[in-house]
Amino acid sequence: MTALAPQHDRGNGSLGARSNRSHRFGEISFHALLLLCTGVGLIVLAILLVTVSRRGAPQLSVDFLDRFPSRRPAQAGVKAALFGSIWLIGLTLAISVPVSVGAAIYLEEIAPRNWFTRVIEVNIANLAGVPSIIYGILALGVVARGLGLGFSLWTGAIALSLLSFPVIVIAARESIRAVPSSIRQGAFALGATRWQTIRRAVLPSSMGGIVTGCILAMSRALGEAAPLLLLGALVFSASVPNDPSDRYTALPLQIFNWINRPQSGFQINAAAGSMVLLGILLTVNAVAIVLRGRGRRTW
Amino acid sequence: MHDLRRRRRPGETAIEGLLLLCGAVSIATTAAIVWVLVSNGLSFFADFSAVDFLTGTVWQPKGSPQLFGVLPLLAGTLLVAGIALVVAVPLGLGAATYLSEYARPGVRRVLKPLLEILAGVPTVVYGYFALRTVTPLLQRVLGDESVDVFNALSAGLVMGIMIIPTVASLSEDAMRSVPEALREGAFGLGSGRRRVATRVVIPSALSGIAASVILGISRAVGETMIVAVAAGSTPNLTIDVRESIQTMTGYIAQVSLGDSQQGTVDYQSIFAVGLTLFVMTLLLNLLSQRFVRRFRQVYQ
Repeated sequence: MTALAPQHDRGNGSLGARSNRSHRFGEISFHALLLLCTGVGLIVLAILLVTVSRRGAPQLSVDFLDRFPSRRPAQAGVKAALFGSIWLIGLTLAISVPVSVGAAIYLEEIAPRNWFTRVIEVNIANLAGVPSIIYGILALGVVARGLGLGFSLWTGAIALSLLSFPVIVIAARESIRAVPSSIRQGAFALGATRWQTIRRAVLPSSMGGIVTGCILAMSRALGEAAPLLLLGALVFSASVPNDPSDRYTALPLQIFNWINRPQSGFQINAAAGSMVLLGILLTVNAVAIVLRGRGRRTW
Repeated sequence: MHDLRRRRRPGETAIEGLLLLCGAVSIATTAAIVWVLVSNGLSFFADFSAVDFLTGTVWQPKGSPQLFGVLPLLAGTLLVAGIALVVAVPLGLGAATYLSEYARPGVRRVLKPLLEILAGVPTVVYGYFALRTVTPLLQRVLGDESVDVFNALSAGLVMGIMIIPTVASLSEDAMRSVPEALREGAFGLGSGRRRVATRVVIPSALSGIAASVILGISRAVGETMIVAVAAGSTPNLTIDVRESIQTMTGYIAQVSLGDSQQGTVDYQSIFAVGLTLFVMTLLLNLLSQRFVRRFRQVYQ
């Protein structure tokens, strides 16, 4: 960019027809270049979706969702992994949503402006950048061994909850902050206490953003594999977990397991499993986008 | 008059205490991460010298002698992250410039969430794509023998696509917070849109752009599944992108799959590698936050 620039440095005043045309050409080609940059990512995304679907389609069926893993690729399915993921996400939601939203309320509505609050804020910002595999190491050391929960659904869900925590806090804070102070003052003027104001006025007004944040965090947790790898979730499991203290496997790990097998049948399964996972994620994200559109208020 | 503010409300106090505890979870998490990494890391460094760990050029946890020189893993990590940046920085910056300076609001509303999907694709699916689609393509283009089945290039390229939204969205934020007056001034002097973008907006948004690039590096360094699937498991001190390598995250993943007994030196090594990874990403994130604060201060 810089190397080309001096040609145009003489300004437009003395431009003849020719340089005017080259100027226009520069503008158009730059515009095209930017469009191309934006497009490349989307084109690769499209190629990814098409190749995965084309490869996985022959194996994808209702049966595939209802079969347990098998040594024979054609008879293998994702049932154990699907139920494992559903359990995992349910527990993760139950743990992380109340705690994260509570932390967001504390920081926006209650916390005094002091050093302790600043420490919490800086901390959350840093937690958001910690690689997910580190959360796996954390849960391995503290939850699986320290608390003695072993490689159960609890351990996996706690790891994913801690991973989701900063994501939900950041989204919820933004949404709470967008509620104008006149809403709070109105509630206070009617004699509401601080908690009543939060509960009856602030939270309902910011619900759209909070729910969107939770859904996005869940969709991230659903696709997450690295921490679970350390937590023993890569097991051959021919049953559905019944209890949070059971062992489990999850969709991304089932896919990883199939990718690592040499037989081409398992590669097809990996593609079909990816389609299931992508399908769930796209649905969840579409719901989030609709909710975001509906929940958006202009004050 | 009776002062309502002084009245004690035990219920209110209890709830506020509970909310404070929720906030304190963040501190407990950080403390627990540091404690797990440092205490286990120290027990590893009791068996293997920290100096040899940081300066050694051979990583062979299963060989004899057992050597834990982290440089090959570090080199693998930086190699893949470097390739990812070569992809993500120009594309992310181009997309940010387009969205901030060229796209009409309607187009922007559609393109932005579409671009965000790239960050939402599960990384294990990216890994599959790298191994089964990109690597065969590279082998066809560059020659079967010259490109290993597991190689740094395909993992890095796909990772670059993954972090485009990270670079684009923070850069776009920074570009949009450049005051309109600066653009109008440049237009008034007869500049076209391209010169306004490249000479005014991008330089003015530089600290935000720097923050986005650093955040992108941090994402690339910490990413696990793509490299675990597609980059290989050969600790390799090389800059040849066609070879199989191993990253720090890839090593941790490999050990968790393997048959190493808990408590052995090679099992404890994941904590030392984890500590290195944690410190690296923490420093990158802090640096990125500094740059963000700077552009917020200047224009907002």
